[in-house]
Amino acid sequence: MTDIAWIHGALTGARPQAIGALLRYFRDMDRAEEAFQEACLRALKSWPENGPPRDPAAWLILVGRNAGLDGVRKAARHTELPPEEVLSDLGDVETPMAERLDGAHYRDDVLRLLFVCCHPELPATQQIALALRIVSGLTVPQIARAFLVGEAAMEQRITRAKQRIARADVPFEAPGAVERSERLGVVAAMIYLLFNEGYSAGNDPARAHLCDEAIRLARLLLRLFPAEPEMMGLTALMLLQQARLPARFDEAGEIVLLEDQDRARWDGKLVREGLALIDKAMRHNRPGPYQVQAAIAAIHARSGAAATTDWANIDHLYAVLERMQPSPVVTLNRAVATAKVKGPAAALDMIAPLEERLSGYFHFFGARGAFLLQLGRDAEARADFAKAIALAGTPAEAAHIRRHLDRLAEKSGAAVG
Amino acid sequence: MLYTLLCYNNEDVVWSWTKEEDDAVMARLSAVHEKLTREGKLGPSLRLLPTTAATTIRGAQNLVIDGPFAETKEQLLGFYVIDVPDLDAALAVARELSAANPTSCYEIRPVALYVPEQRPDAPTGMVKNY
Repeated sequence: MTDIAWIHGALTGARPQAIGALLRYFRDMDRAEEAFQEACLRALKSWPENGPPRDPAAWLILVGRNAGLDGVRKAARHTELPPEEVLSDLGDVETPMAERLDGAHYRDDVLRLLFVCCHPELPATQQIALALRIVSGLTVPQIARAFLVGEAAMEQRITRAKQRIARADVPFEAPGAVERSERLGVVAAMIYLLFNEGYSAGNDPARAHLCDEAIRLARLLLRLFPAEPEMMGLTALMLLQQARLPARFDEAGEIVLLEDQDRARWDGKLVREGLALIDKAMRHNRPGPYQVQAAIAAIHARSGAAATTDWANIDHLYAVLERMQPSPVVTLNRAVATAKVKGPAAALDMIAPLEERLSGYFHFFGARGAFLLQLGRDAEARADFAKAIALAGTPAEAAHIRRHLDRLAEKSGAAVG
Repeated sequence: MLYTLLCYNNEDVVWSWTKEEDDAVMARLSAVHEKLTREGKLGPSLRLLPTTAATTIRGAQNLVIDGPFAETKEQLLGFYVIDVPDLDAALAVARELSAANPTSCYEIRPVALYVPEQRPDAPTGMVKNY
């Protein structure tokens, strides 16, 4: 007997390869998804009795393709389906057929499937929603919950996004090396957005699940493209950040800052996997933004305690990142490291030019308020914290700033009293 | 006689387990580990990170390749060294592990050479933070 949870896991694991290959056969997303659904139904019937196939993806592709072709024939000629014995007698055909399925096709199939979801006309949140629906196989209610919108609205959003990609020219020819690397870059960006969507949600389980999904997709791409340093960097970055989850919030659900986190609660397995990947990536001497960010996360992971953190090295790595990917948010992050190395006054100078561009950014006012507080400029700090609260994206962010304000109020109350 | 028990499974599935599912399997395995320890049968045991974390050195030129030695449908996820008198006893241990972790396969391979832990400050007993 085969464990039903194992079958569900295998179906989910095989889904990107299987739908990717079926999309290549049928050149139609709806037909590919229907064929996959049909193959899954047959798997749920056949695997518990006959045991699972050696290669679940190959089995699902073969069965799905036959089911899909039957659908095409039936629609075209209105003929009867072949008898059930013919369809379900696929157990023995599977092995030689699986051998003939070209392994090299798989990776481009999966990449294409993810790339199609990243159509440039789709806003980022729709790209993510589409990838979760098509590639990860999450249900519409699950996705709706993760994005905090109603099911009907999400259903409509996904349907529209699908219509848009159906009209678009999907590139079915095998990509060249440059094209493949461009597609990987686009897909990596979408996966990181997906991760951040979950990460910023913090301790809400419905949304935190998005981080696991992003890591799963990244591991999948890494297995298909094992020598891409930026894919290793991205995966390492997400693993090292996700490892901190058990320590990021206290019992009351409030944010615990990196330097106050109990590092014994970091997930050791994820830390070690992340460190292994960033070490591998750096051997290639082809640095990129994900690798630099992962290297920064690795410094935190390797330093035994917050007090022994190598802030000078982190400051240096942020300077490298600023050159690779200039952005006010990167400079703001660098300022936090600079404050540790050269003091809060240097950090304030560094972020002074950013105010206009980051005037709607919670973390800008949170960080500047903290620098001002360290310098004893309490009134200015209070003003910044007030702005930060107004911009907070989650209750935990607001509560964190509220604690600063409460402490300031106590302090001034004590001074007056 | 020493045997290794090599644990294989589809790593796509295993590394997609939720924390609760993973914890449940590890708790069942821990119970078997503790019993084997009491019986004096359990040697060093490892659980491996996914093959995406692997690096391989190959050939006369020591070429460094990203990824595992072989692309396989099921991957080596961990192994045990056990000390039991014969194959029947090794099979009995493998059956207990398999009952605790029913979706995995266990290959039983007799050991030809065993180099014990040499580090002076080597941890003893079960290291919980696998």
